[in-house]
Amino acid sequence: MSVALQAVDLTRVLPGPVPTTLVAGVDLGFAAGSFTAISGPSGSGKSSLLYLLGMLDRPTSGEVLLSGQPTASLDDEQRARLRLERFGFVFQFHFLLPEFSVLDNVLLPMRKLARRSPPAMRAHALALLDALDMGACAGKLPAALSGGQRQRAAIARALANDPAFILADEPTGALDTRNAAAVFAILSGLARQGRTVIAVTHDQGLAATADRRVRLVDGRVVADDAPVTESACVERMAP
Amino acid sequence: MMPLPLTIALAHLLARKRQTLVSVLGVAMGVGVFIAVGGLMQGFQGYFRSQIIETNPHILMTDEIRQPAPQPLQLLHPGAAVAITRILPRDPVRGISGAGAILTALDAMPGVAAAPTLRGQAILRRAGRDYAVTVLGIEVARELRVTNLTKDMVQGSLSALATQPNGLVLGLSLATKMGASLGDTVVAATSAGGEHGLRIVGLFNTGLEQQDQGIVYVPLAQQQSMQARPRVVNEIHIKLADIARSIPTAAAIEGSFGFKTAPWEETYARVLSVFRLQNLVTYGATGSILLVAGFGIFNIISTIVLEKARDIAIMRSIGLAGRDIVAVFLVEGLVVGVLGVLAGSGVGYGLASLMRQMPSPGATDPSQRLLVVQSVALYGLAAGLALATALGAAWIPSRRAAQTDPLDVIRGAT
Ligand SMILES: Nc1ncnc2c1ncn2[C@@H]1O[C@H](COP(=O)(O)OP(=O)(O)OP(=O)(O)O)[C@@H](O)[C@H]1O
Ligand SMILES: [Mg+2]
Repeated sequence: MSVALQAVDLTRVLPGPVPTTLVAGVDLGFAAGSFTAISGPSGSGKSSLLYLLGMLDRPTSGEVLLSGQPTASLDDEQRARLRLERFGFVFQFHFLLPEFSVLDNVLLPMRKLARRSPPAMRAHALALLDALDMGACAGKLPAALSGGQRQRAAIARALANDPAFILADEPTGALDTRNAAAVFAILSGLARQGRTVIAVTHDQGLAATADRRVRLVDGRVVADDAPVTESACVERMAP
Repeated sequence: MMPLPLTIALAHLLARKRQTLVSVLGVAMGVGVFIAVGGLMQGFQGYFRSQIIETNPHILMTDEIRQPAPQPLQLLHPGAAVAITRILPRDPVRGISGAGAILTALDAMPGVAAAPTLRGQAILRRAGRDYAVTVLGIEVARELRVTNLTKDMVQGSLSALATQPNGLVLGLSLATKMGASLGDTVVAATSAGGEHGLRIVGLFNTGLEQQDQGIVYVPLAQQQSMQARPRVVNEIHIKLADIARSIPTAAAIEGSFGFKTAPWEETYARVLSVFRLQNLVTYGATGSILLVAGFGIFNIISTIVLEKARDIAIMRSIGLAGRDIVAVFLVEGLVVGVLGVLAGSGVGYGLASLMRQMPSPGATDPSQRLLVVQSVALYGLAAGLALATALGAAWIPSRRAAQTDPLDVIRGAT
């Protein structure tokens, strides 16, 4: 088992008159192809941790290793590039661009990356939507979709550039039980394909379907039922 | 497939068609007025310039000396602290001395034609009435090489002065006023005394009142005798093959011969400075319409940036870089600008065509229409200004869009 993403003593403090500690000394390794559920009370720093892991935010101290490589020295452009190529985000609200059809939303990251020909992009986007049972909605605007459909469209967009990491922040928060279970099943399937999936959820039932459960309180890890050991990580980095 | 920033920019603009249309109309109006008014002014100024250039010598040498000659005391002690006050340039016998040699020298210069003239005042008498005129005594053969008057001759000819020693060529309107016609005799009196019978051998109509009413031509010898200044000329009129070289050529001529030699730009410096002021006011006024249009663009793009804060954050989280975001909003400004330029070019063309149908005020020929210049350069200038304004107006909000931290939006929304 290889450690794809590693938080090392990760700390994020929001500066201000009263500094707020969002994440406090988190050490967590995420194995490639694993599905981790993160839970914890509101305000415990789950989202903040996800932003740090996903190159959206920079830690105050500590660091994030991506495939063993430090990321602290990367500039904004390089981090944007990493998000484009390696990470797929799914948020609680679907965050689709309202003027664009579902298909165009899914095409957006591909067009930015521009690794495929336009017809190949379309074919890939349609294949992703089909796999999520969204093929019939490709031409619709986000406003014309149900909540579950929007979230699946958002997942399709997150998968557009075939990312190694899927970071989902309460992706089921706005969904009913049936749709929530479906979304988690999809995330689980993505992990089976070899992607590293990290999902924040309040729902213990859904968390139970993941490979591993991590619990945060006040920005700290208070429980982790399948920790990736430090030694595994060191082994990885040694040769 | 369209470039990504263009796709997003068009989507933003199409989602607010009415506001976009208003911004485009603002730019179109600025561009249209710029083209129409600029063209009208260029037409007007161009007409005046060509009139000046056609009816006047390109370079005029007169019997004045700008700088007093160096004084003997200065020549004796070069570099010494000598102060001599109240020196005037020598002005004893007005006239260009050595005009013959100067003309020979000018003839040797390539692209230069020169003609000697004696300018003086006279009173023309006819049927008991007096008409004050400026008389130019000309050497016909040379004058024909520097003047455009021949094309304005309506009766007789300028060259008839060569064979008629007491010939007179004058404006048709002056002759009409005097009740004289071709072949008639008028009497000229000058301050030198004496009366001279002159026979009308040619009539011209330049359309310029000053010329038609105020200037008459006689043979040089006749004028010299009328003014009692034998063998004197006080002006040399010079015409250039290349008018663009008038300033350096005039300076070179003055340098060699000492007499004040003014290019037409100097003689008409006041007209040209009025043109410059006119340009400043016109382009300033029309440019400020574009500036207002720029505020319109600034306004719509700022609004979009504010309203699309969430979408911008999403695009950033997906992996679009700051400069992709800048590109989106610059393209929005550019799209408004380009549409405005296209529409404005149409408006400008339409306005210019309309104005070309309108009679030219003050023209002697009632069928003359307003001159409106339509040039690629004018459209290009209008387009360039409009696009620069549009880009400038889009630049500020697009910087702000790229600088806002997407996390602020994402944190607030989830
Ligand atoms: N922009 C901000 N300014 C001030 N405090 C903030 C800001 N963003 C987050 N916080 C605070 O930081 C802490 C961690 O927030 P975070 O969103 O990471 O928690 P969370 O576990 O995701 O909570 P939730 O379950 O409600 O989404 C909270 O106490 C929150 O109030
Ligand atoms: Mg959260």
